[in-house]
Amino acid sequence: MRQKMRALMLVAPLLIFVVVTFIVPILSMLFRSVENDIVPNTIPGTVVALTEWDGSTGQPPHEDVYRNLYIDLFKAEEAKQHTRLGTRLNYEQTGLSSMFRTTGRSLDDIGELWQDPLEDIDPNFEEGSFWFEMMSGTGGEGFLERRREMLALMSDEDMSGDVGFVPSADMIEMLPWTAQAYTDFAIWAAIRDEDTVSEEDPWESVYGALGMDLTNPDTVSAINSYGGPGASALQAAAANLDQLPQFGFREAFVEEDEDWGSAKVWATIKLYSPSLTPGYFLNSVDMTLTPDGIESKPDNQQVYTTLFTRTLIMALIITASCIVLGYPVAWLLANLPMRTASILMILVLLPFWTSLLVRTSAWKVLLQQQGVINEILVWLGFVNDADRLILMNNATGTVIAMTHILLPFMILPLYSVMKTIPPSYQRAAKSLGATNWTAFWRVYFPQSVPGIGAGSILVFILAIGYYITPEIVGGTDGVFISNRIAYHISSSLNWGLAAALGSILLVVVLGLYWCYDKIVGIDNVKLGG
Amino acid sequence: MADGASNEAFVEFERVQKSYDGESLVVKDLNLTMPKGEFLTMLGPSGSGKTTCLMMLAGFETATHGDIRLGGVSINDIPPHKRGIGMVFQNYALFPHMTIAENLAFPLEVRKMGKAEQEEKVKRALDMVEMGRFGGRRPAQLSGGQQQRVALARALVFEPELVLMDEPLGALDKQLREKMQFEITHLAHQLGITTVYVTHDQTEALTMSDRVAVFDDGRIQQLAPPDKLYEEPENSFVAQFIGENNTLEGVVKEIKGNTCVVQLDGGEVIDAVPVNVSEVGERTRVSIRPERVEYNRDRLHADAHTLKAEVLEFIYMGDIFRTRLRVAGNDEFIIKTRNAPDQVRLTPGTEIEIGWLAEDCRALDAS
Repeated sequence: MRQKMRALMLVAPLLIFVVVTFIVPILSMLFRSVENDIVPNTIPGTVVALTEWDGSTGQPPHEDVYRNLYIDLFKAEEAKQHTRLGTRLNYEQTGLSSMFRTTGRSLDDIGELWQDPLEDIDPNFEEGSFWFEMMSGTGGEGFLERRREMLALMSDEDMSGDVGFVPSADMIEMLPWTAQAYTDFAIWAAIRDEDTVSEEDPWESVYGALGMDLTNPDTVSAINSYGGPGASALQAAAANLDQLPQFGFREAFVEEDEDWGSAKVWATIKLYSPSLTPGYFLNSVDMTLTPDGIESKPDNQQVYTTLFTRTLIMALIITASCIVLGYPVAWLLANLPMRTASILMILVLLPFWTSLLVRTSAWKVLLQQQGVINEILVWLGFVNDADRLILMNNATGTVIAMTHILLPFMILPLYSVMKTIPPSYQRAAKSLGATNWTAFWRVYFPQSVPGIGAGSILVFILAIGYYITPEIVGGTDGVFISNRIAYHISSSLNWGLAAALGSILLVVVLGLYWCYDKIVGIDNVKLGG
Repeated sequence: MADGASNEAFVEFERVQKSYDGESLVVKDLNLTMPKGEFLTMLGPSGSGKTTCLMMLAGFETATHGDIRLGGVSINDIPPHKRGIGMVFQNYALFPHMTIAENLAFPLEVRKMGKAEQEEKVKRALDMVEMGRFGGRRPAQLSGGQQQRVALARALVFEPELVLMDEPLGALDKQLREKMQFEITHLAHQLGITTVYVTHDQTEALTMSDRVAVFDDGRIQQLAPPDKLYEEPENSFVAQFIGENNTLEGVVKEIKGNTCVVQLDGGEVIDAVPVNVSEVGERTRVSIRPERVEYNRDRLHADAHTLKAEVLEFIYMGDIFRTRLRVAGNDEFIIKTRNAPDQVRLTPGTEIEIGWLAEDCRALDAS
């Protein structure tokens, strides 16, 4: 036990370092491939309301969904989160990003449709202190905490602290929409903007919410028998309903962007409202989640399966070329006298010590159409000046450069295995009557197979995830899946898709490793000794 | 020499020289003739050239000079795989990726023999070394002794006329080694194959061979049957290398026919057989085997020459007594006596007289 503890202590620094800087980030990155919290967190009320909606009718959802959307989007716009949501949904249906952005800019205008007439009816509605007095009370602590939690999830910020406002339980019951909007406003004003709630004019969404409440006849009759703070203003508003807009929020949204009335848009939102989604993975294999189920993407949008197959095939070609080129060199290294072998070994290792970028750039110089190789071939007359070989910006370039770069990873394990094969085996084979070739093929080669296995695993796994070289010499035909992953990480910022592609790559590699273990046996892999 | 051995030369080395670097010779002017069916051992310290000779015979090294003939045909230009010589290697060199049966079938397979015949021969060879049950195993699953037997069977399975063995028993423990020594000789004589055996273990060489070639410094120092080698060493190297040996240094005083008189450095004068001394006044090293020295007066031969000796150490070894004496200034003079009922046990510190027959005392070169 003490021994084990001591051993653990010795590896602890590295272990902690690896876990903190490597394993945890990778796991959290991989988790992004299924994570979809942004939709339920940003528009929580809308997501709940949408569960009632049946998309197959082709009709847009009920007014309630739009009301929730308004309340949700308004605070999301305050937190500048609505564009992120738009970007996320845009992965699934193009056009949604701009729809969210333009609508975000008009949310104030929609609120003012109700704010202006309400303030005309009773100027008290202009006063922040009036609102504060009307909405405050007791019994709404739980409600406050729920709204606070939702805000925190949506904005990704810490929302704890004293709000200086407790909604009144009566108001929550009588004016549910208004209570939601005002509580959100109060929390935001107090915590995020660090203002005093009673001194601030409420958001336009609060007026809109009061408009929503006033469309309910039960609410109107409740207001008429209400006697608490702000009773006269509310009763005045209830008495002058005809001055308020005579349309709902669906019309208001459709007015801003007619796509809000499209059942297809809402189907997409509903499809991606759960907090976990298979969408990224489906995308990675050129499929898509539609309201009708999983479907293949149209042919002209299928990129990832092609890329995956190309990556696998090219990694195999590179591994095979490494075996063909590396085996004789390793054999020579293992069988030459020590002095000569060490000089040769330096030649093998020299590129290994040179910067990857430098080597790849050197290949760029060699391979281009006006490059060294073509010039020599033309000069020798093997190639016509008019049709110089295209060796770069295609798969050929990637294979040539990567074979060279990964060659040491094949030669070194091969060499260390070959070094352990005593020459007496081949002598024995020859004394038993085998020709040089038979002695090599039947006796030497089988014993060097573990080296080939180790080298192949190394080269293949390195090749399958290679990035820099295909990026520089690969052009469009010679890029790997890793280049696409990098693109999604750094340019398109679709990290979920990048994570899904990465996870698939990881699973493929592990699967191949498992197959290799089953067929060749991992015990047969020797890196030396 | 074994039964059925003819005197016709089967293996011949004629003036063979070998140099690896083009300067120093590892093998110097080697001449050797072996009749068919003989068991010949090349014995010598490491670096004496014995393994190089074996490798030249097998074809893994080429002779720098001279001719190597097998059955009257020069094999200098024949590649190893066409020589048809069976070979057992020091570390057995069993192919680790093949089963025992596959290992044995390998030489038959490369000779394109039919499957049925292969199987039968493999079985017979395995039975011959009592390894019939192990055909399906891998070499790593066998003990050292078992691997040794398989290696032997593999070298014999294609029925070569000549088998070479390069220190095949080096990795075995003493008991197993002795057992295998017996088995190998037995098998070789039974099958009538010609065998060249390389070892640095003189007991192995003496017990197994028809003839032993003692190598040193790239030359054969003596080529003789074991008894002759032991009892009549032709030079001091052989005398020293084979068995235990007492040496006394001195100068030749007189040579008459097959006896000579030697004056030891301590002043004593003794008779000896002149082996490779030719001139009076030459320095010599006189060699006497420990078991030929006698101190019991009753047993001492009438003609025996006697010298004074002081007992330094008495060691009881069971079957024999080993006594260390100081004789003519030599502190390391050993005598061995049989543990017989009437044998005297010497006490350290006492003065005794020892003696031997002049014919057991050989005057050799001083180098």
